[in-house]
Amino acid sequence: MLSRTAENLYWLARYVERAEYIARTIDATLRVTALPAAYIGKTNEWESALLTAGVSASFYETYQEATEQNVVEYLAFSPANPSSIKNCIEAARLNSRSVRTALTSEMWDTINSAWIELQEVWGKGTSSREELARFLRFVQETSLRFDGSAYRTMLRNDAYWFSRLGLHLERADNTARILDVKYHVLLPEEEHVGGPLDYYQWTSILRSVSALTAYHWVYRETLKPWLIADLLILNDTLPRSLASCYSNLVRNLDQIGVAYGRQGASQRHARGVRNRLEHSHMDDIFQHGVHEFIQEFISDNARLGEIITRQYLI
Amino acid sequence: MAVAFDEMNGPGGDLRPAYRELSRWLKETPPDALEYRRQEAELLFRRIGITFAVYGDAEAQERLIPFDVIPRIISSKEWTLLEKGLKQRVRALNMFLRDIYHGRDILRANIIPDDLIFQNPVFRPEMNGQSVPHDVYVHIAGIDIVRVDADNFIVLEDNARTPSGVSYMLENREIMMRLFPDLFARHRVAPVERYPDELLSALRSVAPLSASAEPTVALMTPGVYNSAYYEHSFLADKLGIELVEGRDLVVKNDEVFMRTTEGLKRVDVIYRRVDDDFLDPLTFRPDSALGVPGLMSAYAAGNITLANAVGTGIADDKAIYSYMPEVVKFYLGEEPILKNVQTWRCREPKDLAYVLDNLGDLVVKEVHGSGGYGMLIGPAATKATIEAFRDKLKREPEGFIAQPTLALSTCPTCTASGLAPRHVDLRPFVLTGSQHVTIVPGGLTRVALKEGSLVVNSSQGGGTKDTWILDE
Repeated sequence: MLSRTAENLYWLARYVERAEYIARTIDATLRVTALPAAYIGKTNEWESALLTAGVSASFYETYQEATEQNVVEYLAFSPANPSSIKNCIEAARLNSRSVRTALTSEMWDTINSAWIELQEVWGKGTSSREELARFLRFVQETSLRFDGSAYRTMLRNDAYWFSRLGLHLERADNTARILDVKYHVLLPEEEHVGGPLDYYQWTSILRSVSALTAYHWVYRETLKPWLIADLLILNDTLPRSLASCYSNLVRNLDQIGVAYGRQGASQRHARGVRNRLEHSHMDDIFQHGVHEFIQEFISDNARLGEIITRQYLI
Repeated sequence: MAVAFDEMNGPGGDLRPAYRELSRWLKETPPDALEYRRQEAELLFRRIGITFAVYGDAEAQERLIPFDVIPRIISSKEWTLLEKGLKQRVRALNMFLRDIYHGRDILRANIIPDDLIFQNPVFRPEMNGQSVPHDVYVHIAGIDIVRVDADNFIVLEDNARTPSGVSYMLENREIMMRLFPDLFARHRVAPVERYPDELLSALRSVAPLSASAEPTVALMTPGVYNSAYYEHSFLADKLGIELVEGRDLVVKNDEVFMRTTEGLKRVDVIYRRVDDDFLDPLTFRPDSALGVPGLMSAYAAGNITLANAVGTGIADDKAIYSYMPEVVKFYLGEEPILKNVQTWRCREPKDLAYVLDNLGDLVVKEVHGSGGYGMLIGPAATKATIEAFRDKLKREPEGFIAQPTLALSTCPTCTASGLAPRHVDLRPFVLTGSQHVTIVPGGLTRVALKEGSLVVNSSQGGGTKDTWILDE
């Protein structure tokens, strides 16, 4: 397929995934900030939402203070924020238009309808929490529909694999960012801090990646930071874990390699990262330092993006 | 101006046979049901994203072309004649283009004045003596036809460069079939859906000799901001070929390749929807980034087929148009089946004098203009506009032609005040491959939505209708 088509598909999937992730982040933050002050202490959850979205620095170029209104506006609607939900959906639609021939009509319909709704219903942003909640649901449903229609309707060929690469690369980055911002509440097993503050922080981490129920199914335990880290980093059964993202990345890259009859740097690199995740244990990671581990992962992941681009997309 | 011929109600209000079932159906169908379907159709068009871009209109970067749900019906007898006439005309167009860039018999026979060719900005000296694969120049032609009475279809314009609108022909039908299955059940409407297959086989048939047995065809677009981008992606999709932009292509050793995830892949035929001027910055406009450097040298080497060929614009030219009856006779030795509109060439003093004396009754068009821009419609213009045009004409007579205002036929159309007659034209699409000239039964009917208006162009507020050729 055309390199440009592959590149567009790859970024299209990234934009949709990113929009969903930002929506989840806002959603999780809303829940925590709705709690009485006694439960959440003095931390500014909106600031941490900016951090997990990776847009803290640019936010303060425009705004003075990380209030709910400012942050929601910036994360969801601001044209000045390249990763705002609105910009993500618009970019996704522009990409879709230029690769319409590679999309199924269901996928195009999802993106185009979302774009129309964005213009017509959400053009002025939201004016109440109730409206915001509806908007966030709309974004998450768009992403679900897009992902689902891709899964159900696309031919299993390179078009599909490249879009899956975008999705898993973006997803791995998002999960890693949450961990990186919140790593301080994921302390080693022995240091039992506990308390309502941490408890709600943990819940919000799990909610951001839609894994709260999954946690209970996997561990059948009350929330423990150690296990939360294990779930999000090493547990291959959780679709948003780093391990699961890399299983998928390796598989999709292998499928491309087989179809093209040629392997390359991206296959090797992805396999390297996956092997490291496979052979890691949480105690080693805590020994080594969660923060350091995540930092390395984020840069390895970004590097995979660069290698894929060089090998296939330009 | 004569009273327009109404395609449904005929002269004297006699219902014409082809419209009998439609008329009965319209009487049974309550007006609000029609309005409801109209809205549904609009929603479908929007969701599918069938839009066109309007240049310089930032507010509405993408617009819908209004769609009228009342079909325009043509009987099989009428179509048979049209089809014959269109094939004849397109054959002649191809022979004319070959001649103009080679032996120039028609100039030596003094049928067309030399300067009309050589001083024409759309004439391409780069194509002199260059052969094109299978001698086909106009692979896809859109011939604009108007109907003036029960017996006469007249050619208004030959679009031999990159005619657009075929996606509307196909999508209009899809949507009509979805919304009005009962109406279709009462008619036998010839299907148009095989157009993409016909187009692909025509394109493959003209692949250069150096191509493999399975030639690779690609559709080249200027990009998502082009007004017809929807059509480009729609066609590439239906044909199952890559939709490429200039930056996706590269020329090496006079062969054209596209950049793919598996490396470079040779392309043999390019259905290009990019104008001549932007095809190759090394040959044409150096400031353009839309094209492919070296494409013209690959073309000269015979390693790529461009559809339509470079330089076909000369056959689009409205001054050349006026010679088409002679062109048909000259190359085919046949009487033209389809007539031209009577045309005064303002470059000729006698014609100019007549035009200047009768400006108020005529339509004056720029020779190189398109899309309904830069024209004067005498009967509808103010005195001041007419005088301004008179000055333009005197200054640059060779830039204009004039035609009588035709009584374009009308068809019943949904309007705010119920069904009303509106003027229509028709653009059938004629395909030329290495062996055959083919036409899918149908075309794009454009309708002037404003009462009394004769301007059907989408850029000027015109709409479209599904065109039914009855299969009896």
